[in-house]
Amino acid sequence: MNIVVCVKQIPDPAAPASLDPNTHNLDRTGKLILDEADTYGVEMALQLVDKAGAGEVTVVSMGSAADLSGVRNALAMGAAKAIVVSDDALRGTDALGTAKVLAAAIKRVNPDLVLCATESSDGYTGTVPVQIAELLGLPSVTFAKSVTVDGSSVKIDRQTDGGYDEVTSPLPAVVTVTAGVVEPRYASFKGIMAAKSKPVEQLTAADLGLAAETGAAGAGQEITSVVAAESRAAGEKHTDEGDGADKIVAFLESIKVL
Amino acid sequence: MSNIWVVVEPANGALTTTSLEILTHARTLGGTVSAITWGGQGAALAAQAGEYGATTLHDAGDLAGALPGAPVAGAIAALVASAGAPDVILIPTSYDGRDIAGRLSAKLNTGVLTNVTGYSADGTTEHPVFGGTQIVNARFTSGGPGIVVIRAKSFAAESAGGAAASVNSIAAGDLGATNSAKIVASHVEERVGPKLEEAAVVVSGGRGLGEASAYALVEEAAKLLNGASGASRAIVDAGWVPYSKQVGQTGKTVKPTVYIACGISGATQHMVGMKGSKNIVAINKDADAPIFQVADFGIVGDVHKVLPALIEKLKLR
Ligand SMILES: Cc1cc2nc3c(=O)[nH]c(=O)nc-3n(C[C@H](O)[C@H](O)[C@H](O)COP(=O)(O)OP(=O)(O)OC[C@H]3O[C@@H](n4cnc5c(N)ncnc54)[C@H](O)[C@@H]3O)c2cc1C
Ligand SMILES: Nc1ncnc2c1ncn2[C@@H]1O[C@H](COP(=O)(O)O)[C@@H](O)[C@H]1O
Repeated sequence: MNIVVCVKQIPDPAAPASLDPNTHNLDRTGKLILDEADTYGVEMALQLVDKAGAGEVTVVSMGSAADLSGVRNALAMGAAKAIVVSDDALRGTDALGTAKVLAAAIKRVNPDLVLCATESSDGYTGTVPVQIAELLGLPSVTFAKSVTVDGSSVKIDRQTDGGYDEVTSPLPAVVTVTAGVVEPRYASFKGIMAAKSKPVEQLTAADLGLAAETGAAGAGQEITSVVAAESRAAGEKHTDEGDGADKIVAFLESIKVL
Repeated sequence: MSNIWVVVEPANGALTTTSLEILTHARTLGGTVSAITWGGQGAALAAQAGEYGATTLHDAGDLAGALPGAPVAGAIAALVASAGAPDVILIPTSYDGRDIAGRLSAKLNTGVLTNVTGYSADGTTEHPVFGGTQIVNARFTSGGPGIVVIRAKSFAAESAGGAAASVNSIAAGDLGATNSAKIVASHVEERVGPKLEEAAVVVSGGRGLGEASAYALVEEAAKLLNGASGASRAIVDAGWVPYSKQVGQTGKTVKPTVYIACGISGATQHMVGMKGSKNIVAINKDADAPIFQVADFGIVGDVHKVLPALIEKLKLR
């Protein structure tokens, strides 16, 4: 069973984020890491290939290749190889353009299953995986909280508003996994060393024939302005001296909840 | 804006609240509002769709267990081909709403904007970023109807008392493999008390509770206040409580009269889901926790002391 996992390299969410005042793009000049949301897909893929007893995991990523430590991290976890689509011209690409690039890269691998996160931590459009599925003509199941493969089909417990649905789909398919679906492994020292010699194929948008549909010019949308939101002022703050509960009750009375 | 389409989601024989909120807002954009649904219950939903402002309700029919994404997007694309493109297609943020939006955007080769909390008649969208401290305004630049996916509680739902919408059947052509994911069984968690999204009081717990069993305190306080219990993602991922309780960017948006955050730090992704609450109370042992920056009333203290004491006081009332 061959699985592609789409992984995104993102600025460290722990570092303060900002938007470039001219382009309004997220500032990505700093260090990039593997989006934590995608580590669940990598782990799930490794477990499924392990269970199938044959095949490999390929990670596919679009974005800056100046720092590939995030992709190397996925390889260190156990993925066999990576395809990275990187190109200065890709800056400003919208969700659909991203999906076109990823779909074209995935086609080269022709996998049995494509795994993505339900949403990326920095862009969180949550539409890229389904757009990929449509472009590849595949079924998709989003918000998986468990995934099992049974021969040529996949069974998924899909989160719903008040519980979950059991869903089945033939393979190949695109599945998005939620955080916590599996416990991502830490890369071992051996894995980190091995990752250094694993193949990372680098492509440009032009290599995929997508130069015109990507980048800021190919995007069907633009940011017109960024403004400060109406802020909520901090109110009273009291240190509990055993009277915290009384104070809360008094506050709830003052707003007529009690 | 002359022609606005709104995807409205059916649930238990009615339209979801988010659908009604978006229909209400669509009325203010100055055009004809058409609604699109699925399930083959169009006749039953037409009164509600009309009441909130739609003149036509297109029904993509019974999906025979298929996930809605592919067949509903297919039916909308077919409607664009036959009836012409609208100015914009508004879709609620939900599991199926996002699937429909993604599929449709690829089918129509047109842009999609998600996490939208405001939309004006000139086509400008509003998106909260960095925990809602800043608002990004965006718009579509290319032709084709833009697809706008709107978060719950961005607008208030108000009936306009309109007549029932006229029902029209729509269908997708051959969808091939894209339509082959099927629901084989549904599981619904039992819930006591009001729905999280609709409760006037929400008491939420986070990692500061220390262990799964301490969530019972949150549930008890919620019950005594006739409210609902919520959670941060940290304790949902840890498996302490089901996902349906998660408040935030990837969870539910709540706007209760009062939101009581217990042992929650106030990460930006959590705040996006509760910052619109009328009043915010926070209990956190760290005086510098970000949640205090938005709390109207903060108690710096141990949740294991304050919450049991609060429960005792509430029991006496
Ligand atoms: C893409 C993405 C989407 C996300 N979506 C969501 C979302 O929808 N909802 C969400 O909630 N999060 C979301 N998160 C996660 C978010 O970033 C935080 O990790 C999470 O909200 C933290 O939960 P917490 O406040 O319970 O835990 P922590 O951040 O660990 O905070 C625990 C708090 O408890 C306090 N505490 C500890 N002990 C006590 C005690 N005895 N008494 C009182 N206080 C105590 C601590 O001071 C601390 O402030 C998302 C993250 C990403 C990357
Ligand atoms: N640039 C990218 N490179 C690789 N995968 C991506 C990229 N953008 C999005 N994805 C995948 O799609 C998921 C959802 O992303 P998004 O639609 O941005 O919320 C991510 O978690 C990834 O699995």
